[in-house]
Amino acid sequence: MTIEQWNDLPGGFHPASAMDFLPKPQMRDLQFRRLTAVVQRAFDNVGLFRSRMKERGLSPADIRSLNDIVKLPFSQKTDLRDTYPFGLFASPMSEIVRLHASSGTTGKPIVVSYTKEDIEVWASVMVRTFAACGLHRGDIIQNAYGYGLFTGGLGAHYGAEALGATVIPISGGNSDRQIMVMKDFGVTAICSTPSYFIHLIERAGEMGIDMHDLPLRAGIFGAEPWTEQMRKHIEAGSGIKAYDIYGLSEIIGPGVASEAEGQDGLFIFEDHFYPEIVDPQTGEPLPEGEEGELVLTTLSKRAMPVIRYRTHDITAFLSGPSKCGRTLRRIRRIGRRSDDMFIIRGVNVFPSQIEAALLSVEGTLPHYQIILTRDKGLDQVEVQVEVTAEIFSDKVKAMEQVQGKLAHAVERTLGIRVKIRLVEPHTIERSQGKAKRVIDKRNM
Amino acid sequence: MKIQQLSLFLENKPRTLRVPTKVLADAGINILTMSLADTEQFGILRLIVQDAPKAKAVLEKAGCVVNLTEVIAVEVPDRPGGLDGVLAVIEQSELNIEYVYSFTARKGDRAVMVFRFDNPDQALKTLTAKRVGVIAELEQLTKD
Repeated sequence: MTIEQWNDLPGGFHPASAMDFLPKPQMRDLQFRRLTAVVQRAFDNVGLFRSRMKERGLSPADIRSLNDIVKLPFSQKTDLRDTYPFGLFASPMSEIVRLHASSGTTGKPIVVSYTKEDIEVWASVMVRTFAACGLHRGDIIQNAYGYGLFTGGLGAHYGAEALGATVIPISGGNSDRQIMVMKDFGVTAICSTPSYFIHLIERAGEMGIDMHDLPLRAGIFGAEPWTEQMRKHIEAGSGIKAYDIYGLSEIIGPGVASEAEGQDGLFIFEDHFYPEIVDPQTGEPLPEGEEGELVLTTLSKRAMPVIRYRTHDITAFLSGPSKCGRTLRRIRRIGRRSDDMFIIRGVNVFPSQIEAALLSVEGTLPHYQIILTRDKGLDQVEVQVEVTAEIFSDKVKAMEQVQGKLAHAVERTLGIRVKIRLVEPHTIERSQGKAKRVIDKRNM
Repeated sequence: MKIQQLSLFLENKPRTLRVPTKVLADAGINILTMSLADTEQFGILRLIVQDAPKAKAVLEKAGCVVNLTEVIAVEVPDRPGGLDGVLAVIEQSELNIEYVYSFTARKGDRAVMVFRFDNPDQALKTLTAKRVGVIAELEQLTKD
């Protein structure tokens, strides 16, 4: 089939996208078979899962239908923290070809792993993501997701290469170079966080470049929440179609769900990731269409199978036929979370990480506040820390050193630069219950 | 010989300087001299008062973070070359100066400046040995 003929097909069809259109009865069949296999695999190889099953008096044989999934125990981010680094792996290290890491709730990162088969699955769901967004072999894709331990860069990269597109592994940062490449290399699609792309639109404007004049026609945006207003702002400012994608490292990375050209909800690649929506307080499954917490089970991952993972993302299933005819279940775009995690420049951050970093500098007290703002599309973090008698000195240079130590401690933990502002004692509100640690002034 | 100096942390924004000045005013405490070192975000207010422990107590009661630091009040001849001469002595001895500011009051016909040395005890010994005048008591200062 030629590229022209592919482009002719509606809904960005690519052979890998065939599974997107699987009739529901066949999908449920497939999911059930895979569910029993992954439950067995986790039971045989993952100590934490096995002990939780035994506590409930359950064995893999108790899963006799898809509905029995509700019998299975939940898992959460703290499981990864508690079993750091490799305690949740179901494959021996000799079969693991990739390790990635992402922010944990405390200082240590969470570690995820992939076998060769897992990498192939990951690439295939990213191919389906790109195809759903109308991309194909003839595209030139600028991948500005961060390459490294973060799953975004390599996840998008392997998918874009498998798609057959021309991939530019530019990673994040150096905006002037991003714009030069975008223009000079004839880029047709970009992958990045939405806020970073807004920054690029502004910077391009400053450089005298109107993105409407470029061949750029699509943006594959994820790693942080963004609103319909932001989408309209991006599309109006650049002339491209802006698509929302969803993923999380604990499940696979990017590639868990994606919008399609219809931009009417995110399709979950449910032949690999089984979705449930539950009540965030009780964990009980909710009726179709009701808003709740997204729970995901990996159906095909070998190195690190994950059963009923609490994502803390709040969404709802969308019903009715989709514009493109895909039969995959859709979720509404993720707007908010049920925990205190926030996202800066695509990086997940827990206030508890910042707190631990601040307290590691002798003499500080946990009277701090995190102020988030957005300047020309770039997230800025200011951590206000109250000065205590212990850290106060009569010398300006000593105070600047304290500021430096605090900034360095936080940077070391999070991997991103923050500004430290020393404030007078008793200026940060003391609260009765849970302290309001994060003031998010970004208008997203 | 060493004088107690109070230092306070202030955010560099409107109205913060008046907090300590009002507290001291209400407590009837006179500021003998002061300096305000500023950075973009914050300032360090340094004060010399008659009764430093009392001032510290009332300021802390008002919620300020206050440190007490030992400084030395050095006599400086009030003529061209006066300060330069004192600094020459200090430079020779390899004492390190953190900061300096002036007293409003004088000792007879000499100016008085507050020096914060890295090592105040060492500085006292050196200055005395080199016959640089040092104020022993705040009472020695006269108002001009």
